[in-house]
Amino acid sequence: MEHGSFTDNSVATFSLTDEDHTIANAVRFTLNQDPRVTFCGYSISHPLEARVNIRVETTGGPAREVLKDACQNLMLMCRHVRCTFDKAVEDFKASNAVKAMKIDSQDSSGDDSEESE
Amino acid sequence: MAEGAGEEKKKFSIWDLPDVPVGQLPPHLELQRSRVSCNKDAPIHTESIQYSGAYASMGIDNSSRLDRFSNNFRVEVVRLNEDDMEFDMIGIDAAIANSFRRILIAELPTMAIEKVLIANNTSIIQDEVLAHRLGLVPIRVDPRLFDYLSENDQPNEKNTVVFKLHVQCKRGSPRITVKSDALKWLPNGSELVKETRNATSDSSSKPETYTYFGCSQETIPEFVKNPIIPKYPDIIIAKLGPGQEIELEAHAVKGIGKTHAKWSPVATAWYRMLPEVVLLEDIEDDLAEELKSKCPVNVFDIEDLGKGRRRATVARPRACTLCRECISGDDWEKRVALRRVKDHFIFTIESTGALPPEVLFTEAVKILEDKCERVITELS
Repeated sequence: MEHGSFTDNSVATFSLTDEDHTIANAVRFTLNQDPRVTFCGYSISHPLEARVNIRVETTGGPAREVLKDACQNLMLMCRHVRCTFDKAVEDFKASNAVKAMKIDSQDSSGDDSEESE
Repeated sequence: MAEGAGEEKKKFSIWDLPDVPVGQLPPHLELQRSRVSCNKDAPIHTESIQYSGAYASMGIDNSSRLDRFSNNFRVEVVRLNEDDMEFDMIGIDAAIANSFRRILIAELPTMAIEKVLIANNTSIIQDEVLAHRLGLVPIRVDPRLFDYLSENDQPNEKNTVVFKLHVQCKRGSPRITVKSDALKWLPNGSELVKETRNATSDSSSKPETYTYFGCSQETIPEFVKNPIIPKYPDIIIAKLGPGQEIELEAHAVKGIGKTHAKWSPVATAWYRMLPEVVLLEDIEDDLAEELKSKCPVNVFDIEDLGKGRRRATVARPRACTLCRECISGDDWEKRVALRRVKDHFIFTIESTGALPPEVLFTEAVKILEDKCERVITELS
């Protein structure tokens, strides 16, 4: 939920329930990177209550849109991380399979170590 | 040397000086921005400069653009076994890496034993201690095939896995140790019959048990060839003396590590930043020998320069554990600089066995994406 003012929508505090540092720190990082943001931060008022308050102040645009864009950016970053990671794992498995085949064909006793250095 | 853009009052602009790189930060600021300097007493420059306008006066755009991130981000897998993996993530920030680590530990679902129905326990292990130990046994089953069991739901084949444990130590035989391979999977659900009030109910229908399985779990294609068993068959659950018996049924449900650590899919997951060891001046002969012997993980090596002179080189900076032995004596701080690269993370994931570690990481990233989506829908 958003706590802001009706007249000025460029500054607001967003209160997210059932969230903690996991999403708040990541969103704060992407918010900071946005050039439209003049101030951003998050606080957890009490550790036993799962509620995070994210404060956003912008150079003029509506704070809600800026926060939405930051979350979108974070989602796109995550997707890219996932793609790159999957590709790297596949390449690693493929290169290990090739190595295992080469070692097997070189000497009859198969070498067990498949770890690359 | 004056920092910042040239002012009108000066007769020349700083950008006219030949050695100031335009569009890049000068080397000392680049060091501050991208490296943590680990000094003898404490590390400095630990915070990451995230603010988009941080270096605006130097003409550098510190704001992130997705294309720059996409170009610079790399993943390199170092080790990938069945249960653990080590990989490098280069070009990401600590906030996101920490989010992944937190999700891996606390928010990835797993199956673990939650309800234990004890029919008979004459061993010296108390009921609750036995139930607690059973909950911590890792089970080799893919949690994505199951749904969560909430309070109003009935336990059925889609949200519960039932195990049975019936061990007895006969009188006259030696003491036995109950290991986790004694847990037998019951694909047809619970066998303990619930006591119903009306004994005159139709005895032709099946007696009511504690679970309501519609069909046998063995018919689900994933479990046809792989029965559900604990991952490690040699975990000691209890010990029985002669004449003692344990008979119980354990129901495993899906949960996340936040509720209880038994539902955490990783033994642990951690990351560290890539260490960088730099020799600030040439270290020769005796000093080189001294440096090499100081390091407990053999980061340094000696190379021969010919004519009997030797020089120290940094051979394995990645092995550095930051014990700071190499900067401990007098004057060593001027010769060796210990640093960490702020955007290069060495991630290690050790899985308890339910899912392989690369799947765990992919699921963790998916969960972060879901959280973002939830925030976006809440805002709109």
